[in-house]
Amino acid sequence: MALLEIRNVTRRFGDFVAVDDVSLSIEAGEFFCLLGPSGCGKTTLLRMVAGFDAPDGGAIFLDGRDVTGVPPEARNVHTVFQSYALFPHMTVAQNIAFPLKMTGVAAGDIAQRIEEALDDVSLSGMARRYPNELSGGQRQRVAVARALVNRPKLLLLDEPLAALDAKLKEKMQLELITLQKEVGIAFVYVTHDQQEALALAHRIAVMNRGRVEQLDEPSKIYGFPANRFVADFIGTCNILDAEVVREEGERVLLNITGLGEVETVRGEHLRSGAKGVLALRPEQVCISHQLSPGAEDNHFAGRVFDFLYLGDVTVYVVELANGSRIEAMLPNSAPGRAKFFEPGDSVEISWRRDAGRFLPEQSA
Amino acid sequence: MREKTPPGIVQEAASVPVKAPARLPASPGGRLARWLVSGPPLLYLAVFFAIPTLIMVLASFRFPGDFGGLAPIFYEDETGRHLDLTLENYSRFFSDFLYTELFIKSFAYAALTTLVCLLIAYPLAMLIARSPKKQRDLLVLLVILPFWSNFLIRVYAWMIILGPNSVFLGAFNRVLGVFGLEPVTLLYTPFAVVVGLVYVHLPFMVLPLYANLEKHDPALLDAAQDLGANAWNRFWRVTWPLSLPGVFAGAALVFIPAFGIFAIPDILGGTSGIMIGNVIKQQFLDTRDWPFGSVLSIVLTVTAVALAGLAAAFARRSRL
Ligand SMILES: Nc1ncnc2c1ncn2[C@@H]1O[C@H](COP(=O)(O)OP(=O)(O)OP(=O)(O)O)[C@@H](O)[C@H]1O
Ligand SMILES: [Mg+2]
Repeated sequence: MALLEIRNVTRRFGDFVAVDDVSLSIEAGEFFCLLGPSGCGKTTLLRMVAGFDAPDGGAIFLDGRDVTGVPPEARNVHTVFQSYALFPHMTVAQNIAFPLKMTGVAAGDIAQRIEEALDDVSLSGMARRYPNELSGGQRQRVAVARALVNRPKLLLLDEPLAALDAKLKEKMQLELITLQKEVGIAFVYVTHDQQEALALAHRIAVMNRGRVEQLDEPSKIYGFPANRFVADFIGTCNILDAEVVREEGERVLLNITGLGEVETVRGEHLRSGAKGVLALRPEQVCISHQLSPGAEDNHFAGRVFDFLYLGDVTVYVVELANGSRIEAMLPNSAPGRAKFFEPGDSVEISWRRDAGRFLPEQSA
Repeated sequence: MREKTPPGIVQEAASVPVKAPARLPASPGGRLARWLVSGPPLLYLAVFFAIPTLIMVLASFRFPGDFGGLAPIFYEDETGRHLDLTLENYSRFFSDFLYTELFIKSFAYAALTTLVCLLIAYPLAMLIARSPKKQRDLLVLLVILPFWSNFLIRVYAWMIILGPNSVFLGAFNRVLGVFGLEPVTLLYTPFAVVVGLVYVHLPFMVLPLYANLEKHDPALLDAAQDLGANAWNRFWRVTWPLSLPGVFAGAALVFIPAFGIFAIPDILGGTSGIMIGNVIKQQFLDTRDWPFGSVLSIVLTVTAVALAGLAAAFARRSRL
């Protein structure tokens, strides 16, 4: 039995459908990410799980029990708010003691529990500080410690790292992964940052306009986006208009408008003549001056249009015969050298047969 | 409350090299600027507070004049000119317990008024602070609406409401009659004074409370509830402690003027509802004993300033 089951949950604000028939189930001990662009309904969904809001349709089950109508204070679910919502008039220790007092933990045990909780988030010695005397990262840790101190079944985190700078964010991500493993509590983590979701989650639900577009492991989401939205939203993707010519078992022959035929693989059954796009990650596209023998399966000639030096890699924008542009990414193995190709160079680009992914047009 | 700054701004601000802040008084121009800023309020305080207070202090050591006012500060006899000062006015205050009693009574009225105002104003301010933004301004306007009519007229209105011909009182007394109880009189009683005091001072409690409560981050209440706090605990452990600065500000704004007021007990209090303010007014206008009136005023001012200082200290102790 799943720890949390969201069954056909819908939430409307007037005519606007913020959460549209979402079904998810989250297992005990899982690190689950809700990923989607701003306004797609992540917070709304989370608030319904926490009990601050009620679905207009569908139901939410915690541990097999329908929690409709159960107020937040009676749910064994805690939330880490985006603003942290630390009580400014209480010290760190008092903040962490708050949930313990509310659930009637014996006064004698509280001090030790605070100590342990602070230790978990490596904040020992900060017990007597007030929130306004802490850095952003420290506040974030106090919020996590406070939400975890009385061991809820489920921890909800609403963009908890959004306010931190990039370096600190990365550090906190690693800490959260370790902490989650240690405490073994299921995390439902909301973010609009796809890299964060890929780095943290066991499974990701990609949301768009109140719906779940794809639900899978990070590598599957990245490697096999289910549709154009997911391909576009997760990482960068070259999108080429394409049409299915024919299917030969695993192999699919596509015609790319104005370029020619390419091969790809696609598990699902496809009609020939089906229209859609070929999605291709920049790091899957090879770029060279001449086509090397024994080359990859698909290749085209093009001209370097521009490039983008990013430090570890350089992204080359290659213009193809049909005028469409493809991004190819190359690691910068030679230090001090920003580019291997000049704008205007004639190049060959190629990609493996199993690299591209055909996404049929959505029937939306 | 924490200020919410968009992250972009924070980063920009952080990347700009910041010069060490210049100390203001270093240059003569800086000193001039300081005086320009702090001069007018200091001048105001000097003219309207310090100098009158000094005059009052001096008056409290003088003798009353034969026909009211003050006796000359010097008198002359065969040995020359002498300062004509005395401690008699103070000894009169401390030797007659009547005045101390009046102070205690006024203190009690003012304290009761503050408490009742707080009990009424707190839910009201909370209601306003938590209603939708559009309605909030209208509700605040309603709170300050009484200020648009004359204070005395409003208090006279209470004379009618509490008076013997009042419809409300008549109905109430009839109900009492049904139970075989004596009808009550309200006008010219301490009750009427406290009603008037509460009525007049209520906005001074509502406004600072509202200003405070409106700034509370609603996420704090969500967090408290999420962490297991029921409605009472959310109020008592989050809203109330965070609102203490507003409570102290409101209490000071109500208590201090209520302590020294004379108009309301004059109109609504009769003889039993008299307060220290009435006696001070009597000393100056009827008895024309200015020195003794000054003594009473000084005691009132000292008490009020001490209490305000106490409230400020408490407010600071509560950290926000
Ligand atoms: N109380 C409300 N009344 C009306 N509309 C609402 C309400 N709450 C949310 N919405 C709308 O529902 C949609 C989803 O909001 P939600 O806060 O869940 O987005 P989100 O995915 O959390 O976005 P973000 O990443 O910006 O936090 C938004 O378009 C928002 O305007
Ligand atoms: Mg949100």
